[in-house]
Amino acid sequence: MSKNILKLTCRGLRDSIAKGEVKSSDAVSAVFEQIEKHDAKIGAFLSTFKQDALKKANEVDEKIGKGKPVGALAGVPITVKDNMCTTFGTTTCASKILQNFRSPYNATVIEKLLAADAVIIGKTNLDEFAMGSSTENSGLKKTVNPWDYSRVPGGSSGGSAAAVAAQMCFAALGSDTGGSIRQPASFCGIAGLKPTYGRVSRYGLVAYGSSLDQIGPLARNTVDCALLLNVIAGHDEKDSTSVDEKTAPLCDWLEKIEQPVAELKIAVVPQLFKGADGEVVNAIKGAIEVYKKLGAEIVEINMPHFEYAIAAYYLIATAEASSNLARYDGVHYGYRTAKPADYIEVYTKSRNEALGQEVKRRIMLGTYALSSGYYDAYYLKALKVRSLIRSDFTAAFEKADCIIMPTSPTTAFKIGEKTNDPLQMYLSDVYTIAVNLAGVPAISIPCGFDKNSLPIGMQIIAPAFAEGKLLQVAGMFENETDFHTKSPVIK
Amino acid sequence: MTDIDYKIVVGLEIHVQLCTRTKMFCGCELIFAAEPNSRVCPVCLGLPGALPVMNKQAVEFAILTAAALSCKIAGLTKWDRKSYYYPDLPKNYQISQYDLPIGSNGFIEIPLADEKTKKVRIRRVHLEEDAGKNLHTAENFSQVDLNRAGTPLLEIVTEPDVNSDEEVRLLAVELQRIVRFLGVSEADMQKGHMRFEPNVNLVIKKDNAEYKTPITEIKNLNSFKALEKSVAFETQRQLDKFLESGTCLQSGNKQTFGWDDIREVTVLQREKEEAHDYRYFPDPDLVPVVVNEKWLAEIKTKLCGLPLKMQNRFVSEYGLSDYDSAVLTADRTTAEFFDSSVKAGGDAKRLCNLITQTGLKIANEKGCKVSELGISPQKLAELAGMVEAGQISATASVTIFEEMIQSKSSPAQIAESLNLLQKSDAGELEEIVDEVIAANPKAVEDIRSGDKKSKKAHGFLMGQVMQKTKGAANPQVVAKILNSKLNS
Repeated sequence: MSKNILKLTCRGLRDSIAKGEVKSSDAVSAVFEQIEKHDAKIGAFLSTFKQDALKKANEVDEKIGKGKPVGALAGVPITVKDNMCTTFGTTTCASKILQNFRSPYNATVIEKLLAADAVIIGKTNLDEFAMGSSTENSGLKKTVNPWDYSRVPGGSSGGSAAAVAAQMCFAALGSDTGGSIRQPASFCGIAGLKPTYGRVSRYGLVAYGSSLDQIGPLARNTVDCALLLNVIAGHDEKDSTSVDEKTAPLCDWLEKIEQPVAELKIAVVPQLFKGADGEVVNAIKGAIEVYKKLGAEIVEINMPHFEYAIAAYYLIATAEASSNLARYDGVHYGYRTAKPADYIEVYTKSRNEALGQEVKRRIMLGTYALSSGYYDAYYLKALKVRSLIRSDFTAAFEKADCIIMPTSPTTAFKIGEKTNDPLQMYLSDVYTIAVNLAGVPAISIPCGFDKNSLPIGMQIIAPAFAEGKLLQVAGMFENETDFHTKSPVIK
Repeated sequence: MTDIDYKIVVGLEIHVQLCTRTKMFCGCELIFAAEPNSRVCPVCLGLPGALPVMNKQAVEFAILTAAALSCKIAGLTKWDRKSYYYPDLPKNYQISQYDLPIGSNGFIEIPLADEKTKKVRIRRVHLEEDAGKNLHTAENFSQVDLNRAGTPLLEIVTEPDVNSDEEVRLLAVELQRIVRFLGVSEADMQKGHMRFEPNVNLVIKKDNAEYKTPITEIKNLNSFKALEKSVAFETQRQLDKFLESGTCLQSGNKQTFGWDDIREVTVLQREKEEAHDYRYFPDPDLVPVVVNEKWLAEIKTKLCGLPLKMQNRFVSEYGLSDYDSAVLTADRTTAEFFDSSVKAGGDAKRLCNLITQTGLKIANEKGCKVSELGISPQKLAELAGMVEAGQISATASVTIFEEMIQSKSSPAQIAESLNLLQKSDAGELEEIVDEVIAANPKAVEDIRSGDKKSKKAHGFLMGQVMQKTKGAANPQVVAKILNSKLNS
């Protein structure tokens, strides 16, 4: 029975629970059985809440038994990345500096999940403060790729992606600043959606690069992403950058996804195929053929400023990070050095002892970029590049409904392969970063496997607030293919 | 002896705490002296994941003040992060405004002693959040109280147009009056609602050459007395230092001083101006603020006449003294109450007396404003009219004023019921005057003799009449009758 439950999609489970065919408590027991069996090796979770989860599941089962109304995710086991504040458990950001931090409040997305009667079963590993592309920068735990334990799950939402792929939950929330949802989704063979900047409240998401950060779902397929987006999207008065619903109306994305896009025009950017592995390129080309067969028109476009995205990103994101992370100082909460000589040492030693190398590197980069005398040459220039990249996207969307390209130039790489070369690591986000700079929505869905049977991800990018169209286009592909139904064989 | 002359040059940085209901970027209420760390939330504590939300009222107060100071109001303004590490600053950056302040290029007009006024230019007016407070009461550790963290502060920066310690104080007092008048700050010095940081130096003319002394900044002054005295002290200190060493202003030799309130001296805090790099950049958590014409016009409807303008109008239009006029315009509601009463037909001088001598005293005792005593400007005007017409005495007006607070009756009705109407009926009074004249031949003789006893005797007869009427006679009418009888 439990094996069969685990094979259900998020939406499938939700419907079965609502109909009383499956008990939420059985679903929760099934995922915990899976976690207890495999997570010691995979390392997706930083914390789990078995007792509370079972209690919540029983409550949902009881409500359904009595015919009472329940929320859109009633009884479904969900995990969240450990950089979203929860009043239960800790919120560590995979950093020693917040290892024992307990938040007195819930992030808005957590409140929304709870209001939808989701069962939050645990919090997942990440690169420390979401800074990384492999989850190797976690200060607390190592996570491996469920498809190949010698490989990284991607990052920074690597724990969330691994948990979904290894069927230790039915969907997860991640955050995406430069590809942190899409790239691990791609590496783990699942779907990962980064909504438009402003679509989902950031209140309670521990900030990395505030103008780029966006919360989104990781799930087994596009439909599940739509279901989660229905729950988490919307204006939040606590987040001034969340968009009001007059400007960006909400819709039922589950309903939207049912319809294909008529006269679909897809843009591809030939210049961008150069940097990717041959197998990745072939898989994307194969996917484009699928769309062609569905009647889509393919338009070749040029995005002249795309190649500057990484440079601009590592100035803007790090500048914001240097300021956002200043609060972790050992004074008010979090880790404090044992014997400071004076208050300056409370700062210097606490931060030096508890922050990881990559976090320090980015704080230094960002501090430098904002320093007097360098601001114009670095930060301001990066902002100008950002606006050029935005205009590249605007121009592209005048010619096509969406843009298709690889999510990552490679499939999952080996653990340790890029840890000594940060620049190589940064380059693995070449396709995803520009999307955050432009603020537009994008999804990664499985579109093939390489010779090592590792999943390949296709990235679809749509105009701002066109999540509906984005999900439709992704759904059209999933209807024709079965890559999204494949799961890793877990030993 | 050398020929020496000098001029004091002062520019000020002033922080004014706004009296909004809640903090600048969160919903915590502003309450003075609450239990440490009891007025805090995830936002003002700077907890992970918390985000600021702008307090619109604070922005409106800032725009109002900037407009009152004749500033150019920015059509687009934004929030910037100012980074520095200090334990009372929970995020280790302060949300402030850098290159697009809400107001710029204004001025404040200050009254000088000789009834002239002086314009001091305002460089900029911007909004920011206050920090918390570090408490050093324990022996081997310090504590941080974050109740104040996130309180909206208006920073006002003047040009170096102030030229004496007295002018510095007058400017501070005038600014206090303005922000109170606008209702944007309680401006209570004791609660630290206004904090001043003057930058002082001297331009010295000696032997036909001009020298500038190094600038000193005096930090965190929160009383008018400390402000004036510290500038005076600094003036003398700089002059002495110059005469002793001849050191002049150079880039980088600005010093920072504190003020020792007990010894009344400035104390050196930092020798050289620190090369502070605050790494300002736009706060990505907040959106820029567009101040459109409609909103600005709406805010400006709350813009009243400035206190100094009103004060001058009361002098020129109503003939009040400078002193009385200043007392009335110390508070906006009082000034407006007075103005309305005059416009309701009352005599300005009588109204001024009623308000400043009786009204303010009672209002102070009750802890409210004169306008809140429950007396309408119309009724007060009536009361003033009765005094003016001699229907009641000045003493009686006080009694009636007090009664009006509790009673809905008109002043005339109250005067009637308390028997306070003066007798002005000439016929009735003539009889009494005749009686008094007949009973006091000695006094009559003294008056008619015209020598120095005359005045005293006249007063005596007046007193006798008043006594017989139990004080209800109108003294002017009595004097008139008495004079005509004695001169006939």
